[in-house]
Amino acid sequence: MTGLQDAARDLLQSGEAAVVIGFGGGSAGGARPLMVRDPTSVGDLIFDDRCVHNLAVYLLKPEVKSLGKPAIVGTQAVLRSILQLASEQQVKDRDVIALIPEADGGVRRLETLGEIEGAVSKPDAVLSPEEQNCLDEIASLSREERWRFWQEEFSRCLKCYACRAACPMCYCSQCIVEVNQPQWIPVPAHPLGNMGWHLVRAMHLAGRCVNCGECARACPVDIPLNLLNQVIEKEVAEQFGGKAGLSATASYALSTFTTDDKDTFIR
Amino acid sequence: MAEFEPKVTAFVCTWCTYAGADLTGTSRIKYASNVRVLRVPCTGRIDFMYVLQAFTQGADGIIISGCHPADCHYTSGNYHARRRWIVLRALLDFVGVDTRRIHFAWVSAAEGAKWADLVNSVVSNVRELGPYDEYRQTIPAHIRPGGIAV
Amino acid sequence: MIEQKRMSTTSLEALFQRYKTAGWWILAPRAEGDITTFGEVDSPGDVAAGLIQTTLSPKSAVLPIWEELFRFRRGESGIEVVEAAESSVPTIIFGLRPCDARAFAALDAVFTWDSQDEPYLARRNKVAFVSIACNQADDYCFCTSTGGGPGDTAGSDLLLTGVGDEYLVEVVTERGVELAGIAGELFGPAEGMDKAAHLASVPVRFDLDRLRQVLPKTFDREELWIDQSLRCLGCGACAYVCPTCVCFDIQDEATRHGGARVRCWDSCGFSLFTLHTSGHNPREVQSHRWRQRVMHKFAYMPERLQVLGCVGCGRCSRACPVDMNLAEHLAVIAESGE
Repeated sequence: MTGLQDAARDLLQSGEAAVVIGFGGGSAGGARPLMVRDPTSVGDLIFDDRCVHNLAVYLLKPEVKSLGKPAIVGTQAVLRSILQLASEQQVKDRDVIALIPEADGGVRRLETLGEIEGAVSKPDAVLSPEEQNCLDEIASLSREERWRFWQEEFSRCLKCYACRAACPMCYCSQCIVEVNQPQWIPVPAHPLGNMGWHLVRAMHLAGRCVNCGECARACPVDIPLNLLNQVIEKEVAEQFGGKAGLSATASYALSTFTTDDKDTFIR
Repeated sequence: MAEFEPKVTAFVCTWCTYAGADLTGTSRIKYASNVRVLRVPCTGRIDFMYVLQAFTQGADGIIISGCHPADCHYTSGNYHARRRWIVLRALLDFVGVDTRRIHFAWVSAAEGAKWADLVNSVVSNVRELGPYDEYRQTIPAHIRPGGIAV
Repeated sequence: MIEQKRMSTTSLEALFQRYKTAGWWILAPRAEGDITTFGEVDSPGDVAAGLIQTTLSPKSAVLPIWEELFRFRRGESGIEVVEAAESSVPTIIFGLRPCDARAFAALDAVFTWDSQDEPYLARRNKVAFVSIACNQADDYCFCTSTGGGPGDTAGSDLLLTGVGDEYLVEVVTERGVELAGIAGELFGPAEGMDKAAHLASVPVRFDLDRLRQVLPKTFDREELWIDQSLRCLGCGACAYVCPTCVCFDIQDEATRHGGARVRCWDSCGFSLFTLHTSGHNPREVQSHRWRQRVMHKFAYMPERLQVLGCVGCGRCSRACPVDMNLAEHLAVIAESGE
């Protein structure tokens, strides 16, 4: 902890960073995202198991960008997000300093995208065994059951767009739901509008989702939205190879192709 | 009750499948009249939202067809489209959309007979599946296909 | 003078049956997976037990998340317009908390301010409130800071307070008299029941008078608002779980045959909420949108409608993905000096 606070203080005092995006104590014994701009406030920074938010979402928020160069407390999800944003030309080399808290209380400081690439863990499987089990469970339902399951889940949607707001990859200045000539996704939170929204979000994240789970965590009505992204990421990995968020230079799976992509389903 | 006549919406590229469907007609090959053909420049132009919109507007089945691999007028539009469909099918299947109602094909400008076969088989397929009421139930009454009750 | 009665908790079943026979529809907290909402119930057994507060507020009973205002279609002689049929039924909202019961005064103030909102009032006039006082609270509750309390009767028709295996029943309004009359034999005299001993203790988290004094003078203190809102993501979760948020959007949904004009919830937290056609946005940054949310509830509404736009239920802070704790922020403002 003190290592993190010291590193943050150094960065702010030297002017190398204008803001440290990290975690602070929150309500009811939880943690919350915290932006530290004043070196005398670094004592508010914490880092432990409660710190689950994907802070990378703040890197592209105009209000945070306008503060100057950020340093960010880098969980694995944050590092993957930075690399994915870099591959989409949203973050450039040396735009952000990542501070990785280490088990011994020290902090590793990553200045470049190359260093971040080196620090991101590269699991063998796209999904963890638990995630895979959850998907398998739904996949084992009949098609009609799957339809009812998701209609039921979507029926709770309030269209508050917390899923979008909490997602580092949802940075479009104009979202498809805000396009109204024509209105592709109905605005009201009726079944058609809710299904349309969640399917379009899943498709627009295809090959880009770093599987941080922030959409599901942010959802005030507990819709397991990350499952939609996981099923796509798994398909992308199996069919095209690769996984989002591991490289700053990867090309987007859906803006490229090979001539022998699967076409057994095409007549 | 009258026999169910499926509505099938076909999104076809202008260079291959649309020309192929033209050839079907000029070759005087008869095929099911249940299909509504919508011409787009290239299969790469087909946003997946078209699929949802077609169902929303009353389609019971959907055909998406364009140039064979290596034949795209724009070199690679169909390859990009193919990737999108691979992903889309996985997603729609996972959420329980009836993917038996969505058919993908490559039909060239020379394949008038293939177009007729494709349409006939999709129509008979969808006829067996029946109207897509499951999807229609998600549509609020005021925009449900077939007009509005006031 | 509020009349007090007593009722055994085991009489709830009979009470529900009596209300249903009298033609009331009963909405009460129900578990839906890990969240709780107000939904139709048949018997007390369907009501989610042990709750501090439901995830979603009972607001949707009078202001649905979306509703048709009227339908239109192409007719033989031009466009035909038909008002939406009034379809609400007499409804008892059972088991809401005193904070939620107070929230309807804020909704009423908005929807009867410059015009009488007919679709709203049609539902509102058919709703009665049988509230249950709070015997527990959590870190997010702050009703006592907004003029309410865990046993506050304002807004309820009947207020039940659990006292052992009985309820102390307070008959608050004329409608409450009617509701108690429907099942008169279930109630006995309330002598010797100590309500205060069975209420949760909810600490006062900020001085409301002080806040109301300070707040109007903070509009230009950019740094204060930036400081509070930097982590705000700009979603609508707070507004959509709020029992008093009323902002709505009007949409025309149509096919070539016709369609409907639809009213649906909206939120001042969205940048799109104030975006002009020209591209200009008068609330361009999140700090301005956060300021608007606070000002609207604690300065503009009291000033113009004589009602506070917040009842301290704490839902916004529980629902916020990044823990924007409203009471905490209000305390900072109240203590920040003028």
